[in-house]
Amino acid sequence: MAGTGGGSNDVQWCFSQVKGAIDDDVAEADIISTVEFNHSGELLATGDKGGRVVIFQQEIENKSQPQSRSEYNVYSTFQSHEPEFDYLKSLEIEEKINKIRWLPQKNAAQFLLSTNDKTIKLWKISERDKRLEGYNLKEEDGRCIDPNTVTALRVPVFRPMDLMVEASPRRVFANAHTYHINSISINSDHETYLSADDLRINLWHQEITDRSFNIVDIKPVNMEELTEVITAAEFHPNQCNTFVYSSSKGSIRLCDMRASALCDKHSKLFEEPEDPSNRSFFSEIISSISDVKFSHNGRYMMTRDYLSVKIWDLNMETRPVETFQVHEYLRSKLCSLYENDCIFDKFECCWNGNDSVVMTGSYNNFFRMFDRGQRRDVTLEASRESSKPRQVLKPRKVCAGGKRKKDEISVDSLDFNKKILHTAWHPQDNIIAVATTNNLYIFQDKVN
Amino acid sequence: MSEEIEGRRPSSDEATHKEEQEIDDNVITPEKAEEVKLKARYPHLGAKPGGSDLLRKRLQKGQKFFDSGDYNMAKAKVKNKQQLPAVTPAEKAEITGDHIPTPQDIPQRKPSIVASKLAG
Repeated sequence: MAGTGGGSNDVQWCFSQVKGAIDDDVAEADIISTVEFNHSGELLATGDKGGRVVIFQQEIENKSQPQSRSEYNVYSTFQSHEPEFDYLKSLEIEEKINKIRWLPQKNAAQFLLSTNDKTIKLWKISERDKRLEGYNLKEEDGRCIDPNTVTALRVPVFRPMDLMVEASPRRVFANAHTYHINSISINSDHETYLSADDLRINLWHQEITDRSFNIVDIKPVNMEELTEVITAAEFHPNQCNTFVYSSSKGSIRLCDMRASALCDKHSKLFEEPEDPSNRSFFSEIISSISDVKFSHNGRYMMTRDYLSVKIWDLNMETRPVETFQVHEYLRSKLCSLYENDCIFDKFECCWNGNDSVVMTGSYNNFFRMFDRGQRRDVTLEASRESSKPRQVLKPRKVCAGGKRKKDEISVDSLDFNKKILHTAWHPQDNIIAVATTNNLYIFQDKVN
Repeated sequence: MSEEIEGRRPSSDEATHKEEQEIDDNVITPEKAEEVKLKARYPHLGAKPGGSDLLRKRLQKGQKFFDSGDYNMAKAKVKNKQQLPAVTPAEKAEITGDHIPTPQDIPQRKPSIVASKLAG
């Protein structure tokens, strides 16, 4: 394990690129709030607290070589959401992009859904590398030509121009959520998608913006009886009738849309029984699931709670098949983590392309990878100090107590303001995108 | 390795021993020790932490304003602060909602969009 990164076949992770400003004074708008690769991995989208989306495109050094180095460069950037004011409640609606999900590509253009707390938007990103020249009634600069002066007609022709990437909003799905949207998920039927807020899940058709169907409603008649909220939801990757949603109490419900129109009654309930003698004030808070992701093959799902990552077999509801401790040393710091609100941080998790390794973030700009098959894990750091071109990342170790070895970092020295909440893994290759507060790091498998 | 010790707790007389062994971290899990610490600092903390209070606070996140005028004034103040770093002490002390805005106070033009630093 020494010296090598976690992952099958001894992946060695190297620094590739870092995006964003170096200065420590981070403007609130620059805080990255979501990161997502598209289905081919060629495009990488980020959303931030200022409502902006930046899309990077992969450029491969040598396309004929399979293990060639690649670089992600800015492809398009646009303002997706603006701050709004809810007049009825006198509350501000943040423009922060909570989630971005790419649609599978159907034609030359790329489509993605981006959402803030209340409104989902479908964006079309298209390329233009040709323009028409030789109009009969229009000069090149746009001035109109008097038709009476035209003596001969010509056919306009396409001439190449510098590539222009345009983003345009094609659909706006608004006014369907009373509470804050935490998830969107595109159905494998390529026609519908779901959006989930704290208490309800709605089903939309991608083309229709003026209506949406409510498929889950856990709002109690009396709000005083509220005990749990929906924290994440996702459609199954290939069963278009199946979706799951996780709760703040640590349970996951799998629902089948064929069973009934309103999926309040779950088909499966995944919950790990808790030893009641271990219960503490913090138990429910740290069991709250912050992210749920199906494996690519659709046989498993992964959940992230405050201290661990759990892999569930969809055929077994009683307990997860694998549990990985992300930062167990924080269990003895829960009091201060509650006081500084860090205990409510929502970490995401992701699978690699063949579902053999999972990744999630932690504090101090550390992120963790767990190799399911080889039962190994590694802690790596996203930092400017380890950002020389193609520098191999050194595994990091946190010392929980006792004598601190050289190169280890003690729990009390961890910077809890440096959190890695969002990470993404390329759908096929060993390329990962890791977001610190305001920087995006791209790491790749060592290439020769 | 974590200090969590499950399954080694004394099986009998847990309640009576609990007070005596509060400072003995070998018996009490680190989580319970942290709970004791928290209760010591905040004695009025409710018994049910995941209860409706916490959830309802979560459901209503976001800054509340008196009305849309108050909201626009606050937004204008933020934009002014960003553009003009030198603010008079009188302005700094002003709080939102203290006067009804007139059309002259509201910025006429939507400020230009600042590009993301990731695209720089």
